[in-house]
Amino acid sequence: MKIVITADGTDLDAQVDPRFGRARYFLLVDTEDESVTAHDNKQNLNAAQGAGIQAGQNVAGLGAEAVVTGNVGPRAFGVLQSAGIKIYLAGGGTAREALEQFKAGSLQEVGAANKPGHWM
Amino acid sequence: MIIAIASGKGGTGKTTVATGLAYTLARDGRRVELLDCDVEEPNAHLFVRPQSDCTEPVGVPVPRVDAEKCTNCGLCSEVCQFNAVACLPDRVVIADELCHGCGACVHFCPVQAMTETDRNIGVLESGRSTLDGVNKLHLRYGRLRIGEAMAVPLIRAVRRAAGPCDVTLIDAPPGTSCPVIAAVKGADFVLLVTEPTPFGLNDLQLAVEMVRALELPLAVVVNRSTVGDRAVWDYCRNENIDILLEIPDDRRIAEAYSRGLIAAEVLPQYAQTFRDLYLGIRDS
Repeated sequence: MKIVITADGTDLDAQVDPRFGRARYFLLVDTEDESVTAHDNKQNLNAAQGAGIQAGQNVAGLGAEAVVTGNVGPRAFGVLQSAGIKIYLAGGGTAREALEQFKAGSLQEVGAANKPGHWM
Repeated sequence: MIIAIASGKGGTGKTTVATGLAYTLARDGRRVELLDCDVEEPNAHLFVRPQSDCTEPVGVPVPRVDAEKCTNCGLCSEVCQFNAVACLPDRVVIADELCHGCGACVHFCPVQAMTETDRNIGVLESGRSTLDGVNKLHLRYGRLRIGEAMAVPLIRAVRRAAGPCDVTLIDAPPGTSCPVIAAVKGADFVLLVTEPTPFGLNDLQLAVEMVRALELPLAVVVNRSTVGDRAVWDYCRNENIDILLEIPDDRRIAEAYSRGLIAAEVLPQYAQTFRDLYLGIRDS
């Protein structure tokens, strides 16, 4: 399956970016062969508002079935949920470590936003 | 004539000046519209004591999608400047609280799948003052729904509500961002109320920059002028800004205020002060 890991760099050695909507990069990872494509999120990094919504749309457009990130706000959560994408929280470390934890089934799936949005 | 009363800093005396002017001019027989545009914390009504004659809900348009017609082309999301629309592979999701109601998504939808509905942001209140000897003073003010981020459309609704009159007085919110700009835009003159303290001066400078960016004529009122330092006077002299009124730190004004009374109501000498202020604005 294809998953997105938020990261501060373009490969699996990068650190997991704790933000979802304003993550530096989205790493689209194929869990079968561990192939990676990095997608720049610069546009949302600088957005005045609604970064989570646009990020959610972009991740859905990449065809990901799950997201691994540090935190997720209410609107990003709503968009990802509408798109049927599961969300898992990673405590930190590299994207590679997060991928291993995801494959081992040790990451917790979240059923609600764990951070308030900017307007709440 | 439309006079906006603003300040950078909160608590400098905008409402004291606005209600003092409104009361004095209305007592002199002028038809006055007082627009309290501080929709997050309106309080001019406490002093003007209006008899409420109208309360109406105010909303902003938000888009709704007809899933039958929608082709998921993504144009609605692309044209939204506020990131309020997400186009997913099989549906469109709208974040109402981010929507500014500009209508771009509705306008550009190639298959007319989007329509607008109203989202309530607060209420508009109107009433005539019940103060003694005042019968041509109308107050309009907005009450923003608690937690609502979209103040500007409600401020515009308060501005639009003004009836025909001789003088419109706008009590602006503090600050220098969108709500203040919505309150003062289109005014003929802006009075900036400050206090002679480093805090007052700093925020006055920000407010002057804002008013100059809007290219509106302005002057300053120094409230509690007998305390603090002289830096506000030095600044105004260097910037060629007129100080049209200095209100002393008068305990009797504070006492009237603490009882919800307008200073000019209980201290007749201040009626002349506000009359002179109005003439000063008209002549500058």
